[in-house]
Amino acid sequence: MAAVRTFVLPHYPEYPIQIALFKDVTNAAFLRSQLLEANSDFDYAFIDASMILTPTHLLSPVFLSLHLHLTTRLKTRTPHSEIIFRLHPNNNIGESYRKFGISDTTTTLIAVRLSLTPDVTRESVAKHLGDVVEGTSVDVGERGEMLGEWGDVGLVRKVYKLGDGGGAKGKKGAKGVAIGGGVDERREMESVILGIMAIKGL
Amino acid sequence: MATATDTPATPPPQHTIHILPAPFTHSPLTLLAQGAEALVYRTVFLTPHTPCVLKYRPPKPYRHPILDKRLTKARLLAEARVLVKCRKDGVTVPAVLGLDAENGWMVLEWVEGGSVRGVLDGWVAGGGRFEGVEAGNGVWGLMRRIGRAVGRVHDIGVCHGDLTTSNLMVRTGASAVRGESEGPQTQTQMQRPKRLTPSALREAAMTSDAPPVFELPPEEPPPPPSKAQSTSDLEGDIVLIDFGLATQTVQDEDRAVDLYVLERAFAATHPGAEALFQEVLRSYGESYKGGRSVLRKLEDVRLRGRKRSMLG
Repeated sequence: MAAVRTFVLPHYPEYPIQIALFKDVTNAAFLRSQLLEANSDFDYAFIDASMILTPTHLLSPVFLSLHLHLTTRLKTRTPHSEIIFRLHPNNNIGESYRKFGISDTTTTLIAVRLSLTPDVTRESVAKHLGDVVEGTSVDVGERGEMLGEWGDVGLVRKVYKLGDGGGAKGKKGAKGVAIGGGVDERREMESVILGIMAIKGL
Repeated sequence: MATATDTPATPPPQHTIHILPAPFTHSPLTLLAQGAEALVYRTVFLTPHTPCVLKYRPPKPYRHPILDKRLTKARLLAEARVLVKCRKDGVTVPAVLGLDAENGWMVLEWVEGGSVRGVLDGWVAGGGRFEGVEAGNGVWGLMRRIGRAVGRVHDIGVCHGDLTTSNLMVRTGASAVRGESEGPQTQTQMQRPKRLTPSALREAAMTSDAPPVFELPPEEPPPPPSKAQSTSDLEGDIVLIDFGLATQTVQDEDRAVDLYVLERAFAATHPGAEALFQEVLRSYGESYKGGRSVLRKLEDVRLRGRKRSMLG
């Protein structure tokens, strides 16, 4: 059994989200191959945890994906692949998977499953993930506090083209608020990233 | 236009009941303000602890549906793009948290605090003390921060388009108020005279048969009396809101018109506040490289008004 937390998004209470986190994952290649074979048992969004900065950074594409699914406007084939697609600032699905999805070398993994049907419950997801993922299950916390724990600020900054941060905000130089370090840096980046994800492709 | 025969040619009723699009149709929302183009609600987003602002542009029944959709989408998207650009370049504006341009809604970060208009009204009611000129705090400090904030927006190539004292907010509390907001709300975003009381609207929202899916934040206390408007209300970051008419431009003309509109708003709402506005202009001029030439342009705009000449 893996530790799975259930999140309920405001405005969509009827579709809970099951989220699990694993570290020291050793069979990422196997999990990825199952995704490539479109094995229907592996209908998850497997996300490389190094690309997730904060809990909201993950919940935002989940919300968008669920919303687009329910209003039948998905750009990808499943709501789970849409989550990974929505994370990326560009409109390239393959690129999104390479950047945010599981790769053969992934060691820290976030698995997201939308409970779109009643048979997908916290227990069923916990059991299945516990069986197939070879790694250490980590409780993500009540508000998903642990989701950003493995986030790599530098990598995320690069993908969203947020400049090099710190005092030297690229060509902008002295003007503009330089995004400082620590928690505030992540929050400030998160605000920009949510905006980038929201307006992409429109 | 199948329903054309059913609809009598009378003006629509005074209070249109707006049915919000999914997923907000059954959510209890608090209406904060209503403008000509959009309705602004308070709700929560992504987590039950994240307060946010929902801006909804309802369809205009008098427009052709296809044209209506296109205009709504284009305008909403323009606003969102400008907000994201501002946020990226470090201007204090509410972040865009979610967007559905097809359905005309956008979710924005909640800004804790009151409008400059409300703060100045309170300051006037509280006696209007001109103190701390040298120290750079009090009402003069506020004016300086307004000038700098407007200067920064113009510096990154954005013109607000509707710069009034109601569209400038003073953020209270800690610098970045995101996520948890336990304390009672003092004033709400986009406070305007025609605003409806939140409690009445809350009741209206609650009577819908949908079960409340999350807890509404505590009832807002009435705006503090003038006595409570201490100098502390004058402190805080300036946050620009309502970019519905914003454009991306670097022309002195547009920037000067922005300042001119703000000047008129100052003069209209605060007689005697023109002296204060001089301080806004002074700090604006110092805030970025092109500031001086915009101030010169402002002289021209003052002579002829907001409307540009139609020659060429």
